Amino acid sequence: MATHHFRPYLISLGLLLVALVLSVAAGPVFIPPGTLLRILADQLPGFSLPADWPKTFSTILYQIRLPHAALVLLTGAALGGSGAAYQGLFRNPLADPYLIGVATGAGLGAVLAMSVEWPRSLFGLYTIPVAAFIGASLTLLIVYSLARVGNTLPTTTLILAGVAVSAFATSLTSLLMLRSNEELRRALGWLLGGSIIGGWAPVLAVLPYITIGLGILIASGHALNVLQFGEEQAQQIGLPAERVKTLLLVSASLTTAAAVAFSGIIGFIGLIVPHVVRMLWGSDYRLLLPLSVIGGATALLLADLVARLLLAPQVLPVGIVTALVGAPFFLWVLRRARNLAYW
Amino acid sequence: MLEIETLRVTYGRRLALDGVSLTVRPGEIVGLIGPNGAGKSTLIRAVSGVQPIQSGRVRVFGQDLSILPVRERARLLAVVPQARNLPPAFTVYESALIGRTPYLGWLGQAGTADHESARQALERTQLQELSSRRVGELSGGEQQRVLLARALTQETPVLLLDEPTTHLDLQHQSRLLNLVRSLASEHQLCVLMALHDLNLAGLYADQVALLVEGRLLACGSPDVVLTEKTLGEVYHIPVHVMTHPDYGSPLILPDGREGLIG
Repeated sequence: MATHHFRPYLISLGLLLVALVLSVAAGPVFIPPGTLLRILADQLPGFSLPADWPKTFSTILYQIRLPHAALVLLTGAALGGSGAAYQGLFRNPLADPYLIGVATGAGLGAVLAMSVEWPRSLFGLYTIPVAAFIGASLTLLIVYSLARVGNTLPTTTLILAGVAVSAFATSLTSLLMLRSNEELRRALGWLLGGSIIGGWAPVLAVLPYITIGLGILIASGHALNVLQFGEEQAQQIGLPAERVKTLLLVSASLTTAAAVAFSGIIGFIGLIVPHVVRMLWGSDYRLLLPLSVIGGATALLLADLVARLLLAPQVLPVGIVTALVGAPFFLWVLRRARNLAYW
Repeated sequence: MLEIETLRVTYGRRLALDGVSLTVRPGEIVGLIGPNGAGKSTLIRAVSGVQPIQSGRVRVFGQDLSILPVRERARLLAVVPQARNLPPAFTVYESALIGRTPYLGWLGQAGTADHESARQALERTQLQELSSRRVGELSGGEQQRVLLARALTQETPVLLLDEPTTHLDLQHQSRLLNLVRSLASEHQLCVLMALHDLNLAGLYADQVALLVEGRLLACGSPDVVLTEKTLGEVYHIPVHVMTHPDYGSPLILPDGREGLIG
C-alpha cells in the first residue's frame, strides 16, 4: 500500500503486448509480426507503405483476428478483475466467478435470451449481456444466502453452494438448448468457451458493460483493502461497508456477465490470475485489481492461442484449455488455503 | 466528552441493554466490567454504531452520532477490537495507515500528513521496528498494539476498547494499559474500555461501570464500586477485597474454594 510500483505494470503490460501480437499473428494463415505492424501502420494518417503483403492479410486482420483478439482480451480482463474482486469481497481465496456459480448463472441468462430468438440485429446483441447479468445476480444471491454461516462465508459452504447451484443452472441451460436442435452444436461450443458471433459487433456490445464494471472495481482497491478487516471493523474505520459491498458485488457480476454473454463459460482465469499476482506482488488491492485485469487478458489470450493451435485446424473451446490448467491449480490452492502466507 | 443516554438494545426478544447511561470525560478512563454476557461488547458495538439501537442516544461533544455519516463518525470515535482474524498479508505500517480512511478520498491516496500520523501512531505503540513486518507473523500482543495504532491514526477524541488484554500475558497486559493510560492523559482522550479482569479495572480505570444483565448496576470510582458486597452478589461467589500495597486501588481475591470444600 505504501508506494505504487511501476515495475509490475511494466512487466504485465509487456507480457500482454506479446500475447496480443502472438494471438493476432497465429492462425491458419500466419501473419509475420513485422508485416502485422506494417499493415496496422498503413492505416495511420501520414503513413503510406508499399503494400508488399497479400490483400487477404488485411482482411483477415481487420475482420477476423483483431475483433477476435479484442473480445478475448476483454473477456480475460473481465474474468481476472472480477475474480480478484470476489476474492476480496468474500475474503475467500477460492472465490472465482466460475466456482461460485455466477458464470453458470450468467450463461443460463444468456441462453434464455438467445433461445427466445437468436439475435441478429445489434439491438438484440445488447440484450444478451443484460440477461446474463440478471442470471448472474440471481445466482449470486442464492449462493450467498446458502453459503452464509452467521457472519462468515466459509470456503467449504461457498464452493458447495456454488457447485450445487451451478449444476442446477447447467441442467436448465442444457434443457433450453435441447429444445433448439438446430443451434445445439454451436451453442454447446459457445458454452464451453468460444465466441459464436464473429466480427466487431460482440466487442462493441460488451465494451460498455466491461468498461463500467472494471472501472468501478479498479477504482475501489482501497475500499477492498479496508473490507479485509471485516464489515464491522470497516464501518468503524469509516467505510459504509454495506453500501460499498453491494456496489462492488453488482460491478463484479456485471463484468462477469458481460464476459460470459459472448465468450461462454470460462473457468479458473479469475482464480489463477489473482493468485499469481498475489504471490508476485502482494495483496494490496489497489495494485492487485489492475494487475489482475491485465493478467487475466494475457492469460486468456494465451489459452485461446493454445485452443486454436493445439489440434489445428480444429478449434478447441477455450474453456477446456483453462480447465485443464486451472483444475489442478485449484486443487493445489485448496491444499494450501489453510495457511496462505501471501493471502 | 462521550455521553451515552438511556441506550436500549434488543436481540430479538431478549433485552441486551436496558437503559444504560454513562458519561466519559476527556482524559478519563472508564472501565466497563461485568460477568460474561452482561452486555459489555454489545455496549461497545452499539456506541460505535455497528449494532442497531432500539432507543437512546450517543453524543460526542454534543454531536449525535446516529445522524452522522459513517465517515464523520469515524473521525470522532475509534474502536480497538479484540485481535483476531486480522488480514495477515498487510504490513504493520499498512494496517496503521488504513486508520486514515475517514480522511482519505475513494482511491485512498495518503498524503504527507497521513503518513506522519501513521508514523507517530507506530512510535507511540512502540511498533516502529516491526513497521514492515506482516501482521500474520506477529504475536497476539503485537497484533493488539497494531489495532491500537490503527485507532490512533483516526485521531479521534473518543477511544473504545473491547477487552484488549484478553489474550495477553502479564507483561503485555500492563504495557498496553500503561500506554492507554498515558495516551488518555496526554491527549485528553475519552476512553471507554471493557475489561474482564477486575484488578486491572481497579488499577487503571478512573471510574468503573458495572454492567449486569444489560443494566448498569453501579458506576463510580473503583473503591466505591468494587466492594465485597457488590461483587459477591454479582458474581455469585464470595470475594475478598484488599488494598493494593503501592497504589491503594482495590485488589480482588475470589474465594471460590469455600464452595468446593464446604
